[in-house]
Amino acid sequence: MRKALGILVLLLVVAGVTALASEGFLTAYNLENLCRRTALFGILAVGAGIVIMAGGIDLSTGSVVCLAGCLLPWLLVSEGWSPTAAVAAVLGLGVIVGLFQGALVAWGRLQPFLVTLCGLLFYRGLARGITDDQTQGFRGGFDGLRSLATGRIPVPGLTDLDAFEGASAFAIPAPVASLAAIAVLAAIILRFTVWGRWLLAVGRNPQAAAYSGIPVAWVTLSAFAAGAVLSAYGGMLFVLDVGSAQPADFGNFYELYAIAAAVLGGCSLRGGEGSVAGIVVGAALMQVLRNAIVLVERIPDNVEYAVIGAVILVGVLADELVRRLARRRGGTLRGAA
Amino acid sequence: MSGRDHAPAVLEVRGASKRFGGVVALDRVDCVVRGGEALAVVGENGAGKSTLMRILAGVLEPDDGVLLVDGEVARLRSVREAQRRGIALVHQELSLAENLDAAANIVLGREPRRLGILDRRAADRLAASALARVGLAVPPRTPVASLGVGARQLVEIARALSAEARTIILDEPTASLSRAEVDRLLALVAELRGRGTAVVLISHRLDEVLRAADRIMVLRDGRVRGELSRVEASRDKIVTLMVGREVAAVARRATSPGAARLSLRGLRTEAHPAVAVDLEVRAGEVLGIAGLVGSGRTELLETAFGVRRSRGGDVLLDGATLPAGDPRASARRGMALVPEDRARHGLFLPDPVRRNYSMAVLGRLASFGVLPARREVALADRLAAALSVRPADHARAAATLSGGNQQKVVLGRWIAAEPKVLLLDEPTRGVDVGARAEIHAIVRRLAAQGAAVLFASSELDEVRSLADRIACLREGEVTGILDASDAGEEALMRLMTAERAA
Repeated sequence: MRKALGILVLLLVVAGVTALASEGFLTAYNLENLCRRTALFGILAVGAGIVIMAGGIDLSTGSVVCLAGCLLPWLLVSEGWSPTAAVAAVLGLGVIVGLFQGALVAWGRLQPFLVTLCGLLFYRGLARGITDDQTQGFRGGFDGLRSLATGRIPVPGLTDLDAFEGASAFAIPAPVASLAAIAVLAAIILRFTVWGRWLLAVGRNPQAAAYSGIPVAWVTLSAFAAGAVLSAYGGMLFVLDVGSAQPADFGNFYELYAIAAAVLGGCSLRGGEGSVAGIVVGAALMQVLRNAIVLVERIPDNVEYAVIGAVILVGVLADELVRRLARRRGGTLRGAA
Repeated sequence: MSGRDHAPAVLEVRGASKRFGGVVALDRVDCVVRGGEALAVVGENGAGKSTLMRILAGVLEPDDGVLLVDGEVARLRSVREAQRRGIALVHQELSLAENLDAAANIVLGREPRRLGILDRRAADRLAASALARVGLAVPPRTPVASLGVGARQLVEIARALSAEARTIILDEPTASLSRAEVDRLLALVAELRGRGTAVVLISHRLDEVLRAADRIMVLRDGRVRGELSRVEASRDKIVTLMVGREVAAVARRATSPGAARLSLRGLRTEAHPAVAVDLEVRAGEVLGIAGLVGSGRTELLETAFGVRRSRGGDVLLDGATLPAGDPRASARRGMALVPEDRARHGLFLPDPVRRNYSMAVLGRLASFGVLPARREVALADRLAAALSVRPADHARAAATLSGGNQQKVVLGRWIAAEPKVLLLDEPTRGVDVGARAEIHAIVRRLAAQGAAVLFASSELDEVRSLADRIACLREGEVTGILDASDAGEEALMRLMTAERAA
């Protein structure tokens, strides 16, 4: 929790600096967009975080986003499925992908890095093969389903209802509702349920967990399944938001944004710790950074990755320093007499 | 021996204090280490021994006080700096690189090289002479992974000697050694001392301390409580100084055992697949397994619990066969295993003690999968009181507790589960006299409540004082089962080292 606060301060500082440096930042249009992107990436980051907390890593996020994002319009438009069936199929595919990867890790004893690296290549290739590398879109239809991502929820007192359709009014983008529901559910599960405690225990010390009678393999499996389902759901929202997906690059690098947000938000890659609140704030920080690079004119857009890389490094470094300071004062591992 | 008191101090601390958060680990401790002398530091867990060792070895710096090397005030900011000044720490948890061979470990960090390229022959020469000095007859290129615990310890000492250490600090060196290995190590300590090396020995085993040390320093609660010379020291005197009170022996056999709770029928382990083990432990009974290192004690317990696959045979709990290789099923049916290596297999070190207690009973604490925090706190309060874990604050990270208290926490986890069958592997490894008596009392109490207890220990003293019956194990085979009342040390040793029946 303390970590989530630290990253929140960093988020506010970056947002404040950006607001000072660019007039475009604090506009209703920009803030709404920022919320939408934060929500979309936040969903992926919560998934990545769950896998990381269980002691794993999921590199396949971006490719699952691509697979879900291409298959949804393909099923609806080219194959003529009903929206319910198509959504169920895409989410079901997410579960299958997660169970497959989780089983390889849990029972096949393969390293998560390798399994999901292969997944990263495999699902991307699969998506491109199925769609014959053609851009998939909704052809202007399916507005009902698309409102899941493009919808706007007016805030009483804040949203100017007269100007609602225009860019000058702020409304909460629909994906924020999805993220809120997912984050609250994940936080409750991780903090207050047996499964959540098992997950953290397996991430912390799988051997001790096995000795404690915890079903380690099943916990691992479920963590990977949860991660992949969230990736698929996120991918679905992404395509519903944008309207079309190009199989060759849809979702490229998204796993890195997700992992970076989770790590910034306090997940240790060693497993066993992390908070959902921190992950969400981490995802927001990533998006504010990207936004700042676009808006602030003194920063050329093409250095985006360098800036993001540097900020993550600083964040992780600061965290490590704080941890060491706390250890020196609090006395842990090395200090035990 | 006279005149040793006047031998120059090679290493000294004056008024050393060290604090971790609110806990004072060391309080104005003076300690002198002289060349050619073996100094033993004893004390309960949490008394400050390890902290003192770490200060002497450059792992920690004291908050107050000064450190003198060869009579000069020095600051040791790192282990490397301490090594350069001739101080070597042989750590409780061995710190060899298992993927390298003995020679590579011995010269690690000081590799001889020619034109920047490793000179393996020079390394082998250095290693061979160091290995000869510690009396370990293995070729320098032996992979460390193939060596036993005792031999690895000797490799570590060889490394220290090869680095020309003039002070060697041994932290719990005999914790996982067999009797013969202990004898060899203590002989080596005597020899090092004879050659003018200073040896600092931390041990819980008072008989070894009494055999090996010239001087015995007793710590309690971070302070020096007394210093005894070899002549004036006795077991009772040391224990009284350590504990500050008398330690009562554990009462045994409060109840008569009932029906068989745990049965091993023809159980074959992966370590000794050719041998089938039959054992029966009754309700209320404590059965001890005595065996040397490599006799398959740990493997037998872990196979019975299911964390290791069996190669045949059955494990029965109250007459019902347990699924093989399924620790979760074993735990659910009421079996528990307190593992030998608590850091690796037992504890979630960075997590609060409270979470470590509840880990095996989460399902029972929860309603509909949701864990109420207050039930977990209540459980932790109850266990901390029942086991007298110190400090009682169970929001602390488990890593901050001393070894004995950590062991109680692991034990507490299983007490919470109210096991029908309790398996313990080295129940008091690295645990001091006071905590050890407490742990033994807890185990007896569980048996009195009807649990069947099966434990393994490398310490014959422990087996004899805790068990009702003793099963001797040799190369995986039960060579005999004796009643503890008539199991003399000699009889046990004979069974543990017996030739296998043809």
